[in-house]
Amino acid sequence: MPGPGGALDLRPGFGDPVADSQSVFRAVLAAMSEPGTVRTVAVEMDAPAPLHPATAAVCLALMDFETPVWLDAAACTGAVRTWLRFHCGCPLVADPAAARFAVAADPVTLPRLDCFSVGSEAYPDEGATLVLQVGSLDGGMPVTLSGPGIPGEHGFGPEDVTRDFWLQRRAFEDLFPQGLDLVFTSGVGLAALPRSTLGRW
Amino acid sequence: MTRVSTAARDGGYTFAYLDEQTKRMVRRAILKAVAIPGYQVPFASREMPLPFGWGTGGIQVTASIIGRDDTLKVIDQGADDTVNAVSIRAFFARTAGVPTTTRTQDATIIQTRHRIPETPLRAGQILVYQVPIPEPLRWLEPREAETRRMHALQEYGVMHVRLYEDIARYGHIATSYDYPVRVNGRYLMRPSPIPKFDNPKMDRSPALQLFGAGREKRIYAVPPHTGVRSLDFDDHPFEVQKWDQACALCGSTASFLDEIVTDNQGGRMFVCSDTDHCETRVRAGHVESAAGGRDPGGP
Ligand SMILES: [Zn+2]
Repeated sequence: MPGPGGALDLRPGFGDPVADSQSVFRAVLAAMSEPGTVRTVAVEMDAPAPLHPATAAVCLALMDFETPVWLDAAACTGAVRTWLRFHCGCPLVADPAAARFAVAADPVTLPRLDCFSVGSEAYPDEGATLVLQVGSLDGGMPVTLSGPGIPGEHGFGPEDVTRDFWLQRRAFEDLFPQGLDLVFTSGVGLAALPRSTLGRW
Repeated sequence: MTRVSTAARDGGYTFAYLDEQTKRMVRRAILKAVAIPGYQVPFASREMPLPFGWGTGGIQVTASIIGRDDTLKVIDQGADDTVNAVSIRAFFARTAGVPTTTRTQDATIIQTRHRIPETPLRAGQILVYQVPIPEPLRWLEPREAETRRMHALQEYGVMHVRLYEDIARYGHIATSYDYPVRVNGRYLMRPSPIPKFDNPKMDRSPALQLFGAGREKRIYAVPPHTGVRSLDFDDHPFEVQKWDQACALCGSTASFLDEIVTDNQGGRMFVCSDTDHCETRVRAGHVESAAGGRDPGGP
């Protein structure tokens, strides 16, 4: 939509929507299948600030009119809102509990995890997916991961994730199969932590 | 025989047939299935240009994951050359233009009906199962709301009772296909009608395993390196099928054998169900003597 000055502040979507959606989905699928391993989003992205290419690519590949999306204050810029509405057609919701996807550009200020939907006992798949954009996928507090998708143990330590966040997530492990699934993004990289993964430190 | 075939995509179709919104919906279901190993995720199954019973659930899963860099293998009861397997392979060659193969190790995606290949799968491969009935508790409890409650509470005692009734009646567990498993110590899962011979291959496989049920509108998954345990009892441990003879063609003593009738005098022989595995062994020089696997029974 034209802004007040008449300028169109709308970044493009995927250059090749069919092939790019598939390739980004496969990166997320591989990341979710092997928790904590880093995958690269191999598509050209001119993402709206402050979204990184991997964050924007995950949005385009997975979100649409069926998935209410919550944005944290850092991600909730006019450019991002316009871009998401135009390319994904997803409803933007202010209540995190109503969201199927949450996008946080500043995970340090994330609300408590129990603000998000973990699904029901009968339908745990309705638990939300959180896309957490971090400065780097390593260099943060080191956590040892184990569980499905991990032969033995795997070390993981994204930046901008607080000890309090890890403590909250650890408490969520007892809710399984209800829970939240996490996708960490940084630059063109991404890694995932499904609810089935145990984190220790 | 042809190992890898390439095909030109028919531009009259959307890539891999499904529209983008449907693929996104299926992809979201697949991601939740991977996040909750063994749990059946509902999805809005679409009409496909092949009838139910032809694996429309598996086809929708494959259509939603496949890309130009993939190489597809399709098997039906272990064979690449049945009408079902040939039709599905042709469908993806035409709508996605991807290369297809019969070689297990050359495939990135393997869609299967009723078998797991003998060649061990590797990291990065995806095995897509065609599932007729996804709910392991269905014959014991017809109500969906009730089976969902039983899964939530892990009320799986009825399945043990059913298997134990086999032992009481036959002296062993008679169930030999679609043998129930627990995934990562949590969800009870139907592995689809594979022989129980294949169940151990599911356990901690480095490949990703995805299951699609089209008519029943369910997707479920076993991530790589995930424990899959066949149900059993301390006094009746799980066992797989065994054969007294080797494959009559390749001499394998470690693969699942099918009995085939060779003539109308009642001659029969046992051969590998996995045709790629058998042909690869024959090419490598493992040829059994003609008499080796022959069963002299019959009139
Ligand atoms: Zn053989």
